Amino acid sequence: MAKIPQDLRYTKDHEWIRMEGATGVMGITDYAQHAMGDIVYVELPDEGREVRAGEDFIVVESVKGANDVFSPVSGTVAGVNGDLDGAPELLNEDPYTNWLVRLEVADPGELDSLLDAGAYAKLVEELEAESE
Amino acid sequence: MARTMETLFESSRPGRKGYALPELDVPAVDCGSVLEGFCRETAPRLPEMAEVDVVRHFTRLSKLNYSVDEGFYPLGSCTMKYNPKINEVAARMPGFSRIHPLQPVETVQGALRLMYDLSAMLAEITGMDAVTLQPAAGAHGEQTGLMMIKAWHESRGDTKRTKVIVPDSAHGTNPASATVTGFDTVEVASDADGMVDLDSLKSLMDDSVAALMLTNPNTLGIFEKHILELTETVHRAGGLVYYDGANANAIMGKTRPGDMGFDVLHLNLHKTFSTPHGGGGPGAGAVGVKAELEPFLPAPVVILRDGRYALAGDSERPRTIGRVRSFFGNFGVLVRAYTYIRTLGPDGIREVSEMAVLNANYLAKKLSSVYPLAHRGHCMHEFVLNGGPLKHETGVSSMDVAKALIDAGYHPPTVYFPLIVPEALMVEPTETESRETLDRFAETMEAIAAKARAEGPEAFHDLPVTTPVSRPDETTAARNPVLRWQFEK
Repeated sequence: MAKIPQDLRYTKDHEWIRMEGATGVMGITDYAQHAMGDIVYVELPDEGREVRAGEDFIVVESVKGANDVFSPVSGTVAGVNGDLDGAPELLNEDPYTNWLVRLEVADPGELDSLLDAGAYAKLVEELEAESE
Repeated sequence: MARTMETLFESSRPGRKGYALPELDVPAVDCGSVLEGFCRETAPRLPEMAEVDVVRHFTRLSKLNYSVDEGFYPLGSCTMKYNPKINEVAARMPGFSRIHPLQPVETVQGALRLMYDLSAMLAEITGMDAVTLQPAAGAHGEQTGLMMIKAWHESRGDTKRTKVIVPDSAHGTNPASATVTGFDTVEVASDADGMVDLDSLKSLMDDSVAALMLTNPNTLGIFEKHILELTETVHRAGGLVYYDGANANAIMGKTRPGDMGFDVLHLNLHKTFSTPHGGGGPGAGAVGVKAELEPFLPAPVVILRDGRYALAGDSERPRTIGRVRSFFGNFGVLVRAYTYIRTLGPDGIREVSEMAVLNANYLAKKLSSVYPLAHRGHCMHEFVLNGGPLKHETGVSSMDVAKALIDAGYHPPTVYFPLIVPEALMVEPTETESRETLDRFAETMEAIAAKARAEGPEAFHDLPVTTPVSRPDETTAARNPVLRWQFEK
């Protein structure tokens, strides 16, 4: 069973986001890292890039294939996690501590449209049932 | 014989040679006086070996290879059909094999005619108006096609089209080619039946979309039922539609991308038209276009003028995107594809697709009791099995199944693609396999599932046992690729 922390917001594409003041910290979920398998490369965006909610702006490559990561909300990239450079396996080890990007969130109201932990857990449960 | 081999660098011994040159009977030239600063100071570290050891090295390597001449190769999306040997006979004819691309055109009329006629035949098969044979393989064809799409939009003063739409089930080359050509890619979702979701496509269409790239049948082996609506939706918004011909083996003589509304396409001659590939030979990615895009084809273009074949270069083709390949593409591959088409004729080409689809449905039906199909209904020339239930029940993954197949003497199907199916096993039997071969493969797949249930995942961990290296460490290889010989360890 995939880990789903209570204090985060989720997308149906398996990203999480947590607000720290006006900044959102985002990454991929435990379900996502498990589904991808061994992650071998992470392509992060440039700082200052503007993204819309749902836009793909990060690529996470695993031994199975390359996966787009979508922005949960609109905003501006305020920072990227340099620890992942040369150590992509950190995403497999702990995808919640090892964030991908910090976002200057344009409209914090957008977070209300994301899934809470309960709704995301239900989605994951359905997906796991589907693949069985 | 040892199971693993030394590399050429390890076999090398200083001073060992495979040649004996006579004594120099002309004045020696000092390299530095001719090449000035470009003379290297140390000798290149090439392996030094005797001829016999070089021959043995490569002969051993060739025996470790698995090929379609040796056995069944159901590698989904790759169309590993048998390559008839008559193709090789034609490609070795001196008029094709002993010519030089810089020869005067009057002396190579036969070779030019072959390219001219092959282009016309491919145009007829696909319903397009003109075809270039320059691109060296499929992804190169995609890039060539996208460059023409870009040039076409720009020629109309339409410069704001920066996006290319690809389905979430697409071949990885589609978004890669779009990115390399300078477009942003946007993904469109599949519906529950595995087809492009028409409403999602409509919501994505605007005047920033240059093209939609699509393969039909798609990577799940399903024919896009709404294809005319899809292409019309894109056209109405001013975009063009690109056909990825990777799956053309399913439709030849039955339907044509040109009639479905596609504007540009590529064909993998090395898949659909039976030329060797997969380490066995170079590819060829012919690109076909509708008349509107014809002026942008890569020059030189083979033309027929006053009963003679000639090459129309840049000066005669002012809107060409330019050359995309040295000389005329992989000419030897073109000869093989031409031979294949001429050997089969129109009825034979149609039967190829009919048999490819029949074989796939036969095998899909046989396997579906053990490995459920990823999508319901009939398939085209290939199908995707869902290895998820077996993994859930037994802990044996699709990767384990693939490794067990290697020990059983098969090349495994494509695994973990398309990405939208977890534990995917993508099987493409092709038309050239007999019913007995398909039955034997199905029995092997059933036996593997039975072994998974009886013995669990531990019984699979050490497979394959018949190969020199069992399971290469793909993760480390991808995280820390070492791409050349390391002289100093």
